[in-house]
Amino acid sequence: MSERIRVMLGAEPQKPAVISPEAREWHAMKRVNKEDFLAMKEHARQHGVVSHKWRNRRWAVLLFCNLLFTFSFWLDIQLLEGALTASRFAGFHLIDLNSALQVMLAHKHIIVNLFIGTATVFFLWVLLGGRSFCSWVCPYHLVAEWFEWLHLKLVDKKLVSDHQFHRGARTLFWLLFSALALVTGYTLFETLSPTGILSRALIYGPSLALGWVLLLLMFEVFYSRRAWCRYVCPIGLTYGMVGTLSPVRVMYRLEHCFHEGDCKKVCLVPHVLDMVVKGRAEHTEVPVGPDCTRCGLCVDVCPSGALQFDVKGLSRML
Amino acid sequence: MSELPERSDDEELQPPPGAQRPKAPVRKEAARRRFIRTAALACGVVGVSLAGWIPVASAQKTRLRPPGALEEHDFLSSCIKCGQCVQVCPVAAIKLGDLDEGFGIGVPYIDARNQACDFSCDAVQCILACPTGALTYKKPEFAQKRAGMKLSRDPVLKAKAKDAEPTLNLKERIGVARLAHPEACLAVQGKGFKGQARGANFKGTMRYMEVDRWKPVPVRDHPYERAVCDLCVSECPIQDAIKLEEFTGADGSKRHRPVVLEQCVGCGVCEMICPVEPAAIVVDERQEWKA
Repeated sequence: MSERIRVMLGAEPQKPAVISPEAREWHAMKRVNKEDFLAMKEHARQHGVVSHKWRNRRWAVLLFCNLLFTFSFWLDIQLLEGALTASRFAGFHLIDLNSALQVMLAHKHIIVNLFIGTATVFFLWVLLGGRSFCSWVCPYHLVAEWFEWLHLKLVDKKLVSDHQFHRGARTLFWLLFSALALVTGYTLFETLSPTGILSRALIYGPSLALGWVLLLLMFEVFYSRRAWCRYVCPIGLTYGMVGTLSPVRVMYRLEHCFHEGDCKKVCLVPHVLDMVVKGRAEHTEVPVGPDCTRCGLCVDVCPSGALQFDVKGLSRML
Repeated sequence: MSELPERSDDEELQPPPGAQRPKAPVRKEAARRRFIRTAALACGVVGVSLAGWIPVASAQKTRLRPPGALEEHDFLSSCIKCGQCVQVCPVAAIKLGDLDEGFGIGVPYIDARNQACDFSCDAVQCILACPTGALTYKKPEFAQKRAGMKLSRDPVLKAKAKDAEPTLNLKERIGVARLAHPEACLAVQGKGFKGQARGANFKGTMRYMEVDRWKPVPVRDHPYERAVCDLCVSECPIQDAIKLEEFTGADGSKRHRPVVLEQCVGCGVCEMICPVEPAAIVVDERQEWKA
């Protein structure tokens, strides 16, 4: 577990020191002759179903959550009042963990409502998988996902290339923004956060700040794939830490894997899928680490079903 | 077997865990470039976020904040930018700041001339809605305070004057009204007023007790006819906040002028309703009372 947290904070994934006997057996079995292996791979591919099941569900949930804010206000049904940074759902306070952190550090006082709302959201995301907030709720994630498609098209045509940064930058930003809020007494990160800007724009109408969001998207299209989510956004890290012990995760099953690497190609955080590299899995079943946004793209893309959603305890019972 | 490319990932061929393979020059160069890029990214993002200071430090826009707002620095730090205050306001007086307001992005303000807070909600709902205490009935101990911001007594809401509890639960003002252009004021000129206070295209709304206690109506739907213009005084929602004072003009005729009193909370209704352009009476936002 500490290794997975280290990877989330920016370290390169390491090869496991100990590999369980069962996993060793599987690794050995995959070293059959090449023809047989390719034949099995082909077989799996032909029977694999190209599906967008999880992506479609996720987009629907994301749009529903964000539009619930919008229509609550427009139609004055008062079901979900406020914006993503802080809201009331049927009267219950819900407060975004990172916004609450910024306000507490800047203001240096904790208000009861803020504490209640933060605790509610904390437990909610401990249950639902931490960074699932990113891919299932954050409006910037969806927009960035659409622009990522454009980026990949351009990469394919060799018009642009993806410039990677050190993933440790996000940890640095998390510390920097916390320190700056504490020292300056302003919620610095909220000035930049495309999550807050987009959420407010959806509810209260467009603003100049959308220009900043567009700038970020252009940076991602022409220079660095998903740069904001991968290397900058402290919200992602905050929720990542919350989801460390979450029961909801993606589970990797070594026996079904043909090590083709399609999952890593579609993943926002491919470092969490290091175990899919041939010989890396330390057990026959490996849960994907806390930096995973539970977006399900890998589940959709895997032709042999080696990656599946899993709820700790529950899946075994079903 | 050995020609399988995947073979390179097999553990037997790898050095034991922990042992570092010497990096090839190309990879070293790539790592160096990545480090420089990352440093540039860090400087860029922090730099852009610090640029939010410029509008705040230069105070380009001093905004009128909603009722119960903490002092500006405390307000900017404690506001979580959710807009719940915007959603509860029955006259839609509250707007959210944009990018050009730096750290004030997403922070609520009131543009009184276009739509003032007229306490139509009866209970200062925006304060109730605020989840972080950036808007508060009573400033807590630790909050910064200024003399002259505290009202000498709880303001009485004219609309509730006959109720058992006629006061607004508001202890501090958000500004003070001031007759900025006495020469433009119709009462000072000895003139009356007839018609729509702000013309036919004005979108602002206000609660008129004689029309409906709970439903604000557009100002343009409520024309006036006054022998002496006293709109700022008659439409002020707070008791004893402003009065009309008689004086004798240079030509010996009887004239009037509005005088702002200590109970003024700075809601801005006088500024909104003033029929001359630009408004003769304005609210100085975040201004304390000076006797």
